[in-house]
Amino acid sequence: MIMFNPNSFGHLAALPPDWPGNFWLHLMAFTVIILAFVLITAIIFIWLERRGLGRLQIRLGPNRAGPFGLLQPLADVLKLLIKEDTVPTKADKLVFWLAPIVALAPVLMLFAVIPFQSGALLADLNIGILYVLAISSLASVGVFMAGWASNNKYSLIGAMRDVAMLISYEIPIVISIVGVILITGSLSLTEIVGAQESIPFILLQPLGFLIFFLGSLAESNRTPFDLVEADSEIVAGYHIEYSGMKYGTLMLTEYAEIIAISALVTTLFLGGWQGPLLPPILWFFIKVAAVFLLSVWIRGTIPRLRIDQVMAFAWKFLLPLALINLLVTSLQVVLWPEASLWLIVFLNLTVMAILILSWSRFFRLGGERIEV
Amino acid sequence: MTLKTEHFALNLGPVHPSTHGVFRLIATLDGEVIVDIEPVVGYLHRGIEKLAEGRTYKENIPFTDRLDYLAAMSNNLVYAMAVEKLAEIPVPERAEYLRVIMAELQRIASHLVGIGAFIQDLGAFGTPILYMWREREKILDLFDMVCGQRLHYNYMRFGGVSHDIPDEFLPALAKFVDRMPGFIDEYDQLLSENEIVLVRSKGVGILPKDLAINASTSGPVLRASGVKWDIRRADPYSIYNRFEFDIPICTGGDSYDRYWIRMKEMRQSIRIIKQAMEQLPKGKVLNKAPLRLRPPAGEVYTRIESPRGELGFYLVSDNSERPYRFHIRAPALINLTALRQMLIGWKLADAIIVFGSIDIVLGEVDR
Repeated sequence: MIMFNPNSFGHLAALPPDWPGNFWLHLMAFTVIILAFVLITAIIFIWLERRGLGRLQIRLGPNRAGPFGLLQPLADVLKLLIKEDTVPTKADKLVFWLAPIVALAPVLMLFAVIPFQSGALLADLNIGILYVLAISSLASVGVFMAGWASNNKYSLIGAMRDVAMLISYEIPIVISIVGVILITGSLSLTEIVGAQESIPFILLQPLGFLIFFLGSLAESNRTPFDLVEADSEIVAGYHIEYSGMKYGTLMLTEYAEIIAISALVTTLFLGGWQGPLLPPILWFFIKVAAVFLLSVWIRGTIPRLRIDQVMAFAWKFLLPLALINLLVTSLQVVLWPEASLWLIVFLNLTVMAILILSWSRFFRLGGERIEV
Repeated sequence: MTLKTEHFALNLGPVHPSTHGVFRLIATLDGEVIVDIEPVVGYLHRGIEKLAEGRTYKENIPFTDRLDYLAAMSNNLVYAMAVEKLAEIPVPERAEYLRVIMAELQRIASHLVGIGAFIQDLGAFGTPILYMWREREKILDLFDMVCGQRLHYNYMRFGGVSHDIPDEFLPALAKFVDRMPGFIDEYDQLLSENEIVLVRSKGVGILPKDLAINASTSGPVLRASGVKWDIRRADPYSIYNRFEFDIPICTGGDSYDRYWIRMKEMRQSIRIIKQAMEQLPKGKVLNKAPLRLRPPAGEVYTRIESPRGELGFYLVSDNSERPYRFHIRAPALINLTALRQMLIGWKLADAIIVFGSIDIVLGEVDR
């Protein structure tokens, strides 16, 4: 079994055990880099999503502002900036004002531990993944604040859905990550990437990847779990009352969240910045974009689930599968550490296929009519 | 410890993305569960029935376009038929065939919008409805060829249709009829077995057979509940008894069945159009009716199977130029009356899709 061996990563061992270089300089440089990365990537991804959806929907997508419509997100931001910033009369003004910031800040903080390439990260925490899990839940506080403070029933329903989904999906996500941690033997994201030098974890942990990806879609409110802002039901959910740049901030949060999720999937399962020929940072970006485009594809093709079905999916489908995946992985790590990688890959793919096929056979999502 | 909870009222509409216009539902919710629901109609009321009493018979044809604006040809047709019955105006053979072709094309166009909007209500972001519109666009192009309009056709006249079809119409129609089944197969593959569509709509919003009959519903809504009632067969009008076609029915009465019926009906409409194209005779398309039409005093009720159900016009004439009474039996409004029983006990998200599966057009509901 591949266990993490620090001696095999010379470039990592060369880093000082503590903060590299001047602490404050490092902090400042990377804060700027992270902010720029998130903002620029968000702009590129908004364009990518709109053009991609346009392709899926047999239309063109934005193509007027700039070459290929590339400037469309900038034009939108400009529009949002000069729009009137309305606050509902009966809103809780302070909470209403704070909510977008409370939502955005934790998502930005996530990027602190994500390695863009070898050693290029704000803080190589030895509890990196734990930090990610803790911080990522915080964004929902902002969403709930927005929903509550708007004094609107639609937004309240959206916010309640968000919290319910967060609580449910956090559990399968955490358990699916434990498989990765077991194989790596470390919580640090750099070391997780390092451990994938020979083989990305998507092959070793296919079921874990699936559960993590689906759970992340639910946590970041992407289709088919976009009940939080389900525009055919509750119009826009928690940001129904927002306008101007506050709304823009909430939208930015959403895109930052999906970028963070894509970056996490890249780091945990796709081998992070590693890849042949191209420079590592480019590989990282390509993988992030690929994961994001996968979510765009899902968004363009399938309908939405209902809230009770979403809950049932988390508790009755993802959670048992995540537990079984954890059991299988730990057995492999403990009992059979010397097995050949490709044998494990084959074994885990088989386990995944059998589990998903048999589980979906007995598992029905439908909900019944409730007597009232 | 038990938490004290209370119901709250949620106002869905009149301005809401999924109300297909300006419809309003006052839902009393227990969390996400609908305890009670009260539909409110009338936001698009234009008083067409009253307005029509002040205009001559011929001036009223464009009004009928504005009722069910997704099936304006059907509305034109039934009004023309009602006046013809009242004033006893004969219709040439060729015009009858053209009317059937137009009405069936209109049924396909309307069902495409109905299915697309239904899947859109299920939460599929834009893609299905745009695929449906791709085909509807071709039907609108065909209509554009014959009458120069794409939405409000004003095509039927008393005693026929306003224009004969241009030369390029029949080849274009043949091309459309050839290609359309392939597109319906495509929708079938993409939607009918989709796991999420199934879990969201199967068994949701069931309309039992007896309730469907008692509520006087008609069209796909009635047939999805297991009643084989199609006015094209039950009370044949125009020349429908010359064509072979099946009436698809389902027995579940749920939202999925209503979707499924529409899918099936589109194929049957294509069958009818094919037969009508083969049998299309030559000749004139319009028997001249007097410009200042004064039908003899009396009353008439004519009904057809519009895409949404039994569309009927009740006209009373007092031998003047204007109808004394002009009443429209709108299928969408009457299909809506069963909405409350279908929704209670389901979730908020289900309300939207059950409502979408009935496929109403507010122009017809409110008139």
